Amino acid sequence: MTQIQEVSLDEIRHLVSDRAISGETMLLNMGPQHPSTHGVLRLLLELDGETVVNCIPDIGFLHTGIEKNMEAKTYQKAEVMTDRMDYMNTVGNNFTYSLAVEKLIGLDVPPRAQALRVILAELTRIQSHLVWLGTSALDVAAMSVFLYCFREREEVLHIMELVSGQRMMTTYIRPGGVWRDVPVEFEKAVRDFLKIIPQRIDEYEAMLTKNPLFLDRTLGIGPISAEDATNWGLTGATLRASGVNYDLRRFAPYSGYEQYDFDVPLRTEGDVYARYIVRMEEMRQSVRIIQQALDKLPLGPVRSNNHKFVPPPRSEIGTSMEALIHHFKLWTEGFSAPQGSVYVATESPRGELGCYLESDGGPKPYRVHFRTPSFDNLQVLPFLSKGFLVADLVAIVGSVDIVLGDIDR
Amino acid sequence: MGIEQKLGNMGVVTARLEDVVNWSRTNAMWPMLFGLACCAIEMMSAQSANHDMSRFGMELMRPSPRQSDLMIVAGRVSRKMAPVLRRLYDQMPDPKWVVAMGDCASCGGVFNNYAVVQGVDEVVPVDVYVAGCPPRPEALIHGIVTLHEKVRKEKFKDWA
Repeated sequence: MTQIQEVSLDEIRHLVSDRAISGETMLLNMGPQHPSTHGVLRLLLELDGETVVNCIPDIGFLHTGIEKNMEAKTYQKAEVMTDRMDYMNTVGNNFTYSLAVEKLIGLDVPPRAQALRVILAELTRIQSHLVWLGTSALDVAAMSVFLYCFREREEVLHIMELVSGQRMMTTYIRPGGVWRDVPVEFEKAVRDFLKIIPQRIDEYEAMLTKNPLFLDRTLGIGPISAEDATNWGLTGATLRASGVNYDLRRFAPYSGYEQYDFDVPLRTEGDVYARYIVRMEEMRQSVRIIQQALDKLPLGPVRSNNHKFVPPPRSEIGTSMEALIHHFKLWTEGFSAPQGSVYVATESPRGELGCYLESDGGPKPYRVHFRTPSFDNLQVLPFLSKGFLVADLVAIVGSVDIVLGDIDR
Repeated sequence: MGIEQKLGNMGVVTARLEDVVNWSRTNAMWPMLFGLACCAIEMMSAQSANHDMSRFGMELMRPSPRQSDLMIVAGRVSRKMAPVLRRLYDQMPDPKWVVAMGDCASCGGVFNNYAVVQGVDEVVPVDVYVAGCPPRPEALIHGIVTLHEKVRKEKFKDWA
């Protein structure tokens, strides 16, 4: 058992100001076990009274070694790891990884699979925003919103369970398509959800948007200008709340996003409240996208027919020798990807989620790296929180919407 | 109705002190508000309206280890987090229990690598293991009911 090392002032001298060394300001440790850090984030705070002078994030408490672990697995088996990275956006992680593998080996995805991917990714976005809304409202002491949000989240999870058998870690989107076709109940389940969710979003807005207590805690808190936000490399709703129109679904469409008609919600204030408004609107836009994708959902296969890379259907294995050989080869040694490297980025609920894959020509990835939005969004925290109160810091951490699994991986 | 009729007008009930204490411990077992990873989200689901863990006297999650009786280790424990976890456990007052929620906390799960502690029982004593990746909220509630069964059979001398 390693013991916790007590840190001496000398060791953190380069991180904090001279005022902290002389004892004029106070050093306070927030986390890693703290209800408002959304996981196991540790913040070393330098406080002048209750005002934040400096805030130093300490990450790595959830480091899981996912990228390294993926190098030891074949392309198909490595995908299981991606679910557990950003655990609020499990489908989106599979999506990004699958797109990267497909780009690497040059695999075409049937249109039905593309539309199903979009539907599930947008459902996940709604689910992720619901959890964000519930927890960050809880941070500013609005308890009931949490209960309502988790009620609707269960509905999304039921759909996920319907298509994949798992509530969170679906691994449903796979290189070359999706695992299998959706069951017949799928369309009705999604339509039922689409019917209730717009009025439920109105309900949350009725509780928060004009609530004076909520406004006091969020308006003008942690503002960032468009220029600063771009310079810090922010993406996602945190960037769009500052007025920068950058959404990968619009800017660099993938998986047929160009067919759907949706708006990119923008605000210019860049404060906690603006981020809240942007995310609420994003949920409504997701509903629009799902509606269109479901209306035009094409029939046809859900997996690529290229059985060098995609396992053949179970029914063929009994009758076709080739299918049996392919099945055996794919599940023992996997497929070999051509040498080279690719980078693919998608719009996760938190921002630009990129996957960099490097192949040395073997059946296992030589290097996998994820450009995770939470990691890049977290670094702006000291900039946002300087000069605000500790209580505001809690609202700011909530509004940036970080997921520690996404940061530490 | 019930106990009043059996008692008559005596106003007295006899029971073993151990039973009464264990009964009261099971019905107000406050968990620590302590989430690590994916399982923490399902733990929050178990707390929310659909699953409503408050039926088991657990509506109150304490953010401070000094006020809590039960540590639900919800998620993977990294090597960096393990000493912190142990310190949190040491800060909890007796009697205290630990539920290892999910495969990662139970045995390392899918992560057999340099970063993840292969089961939280390397760090703290575990009473109940809940399987699943992540376990459904119902599975967590089942784990807690199992823990309650265990607590009802506990002897004072084991804590002393």
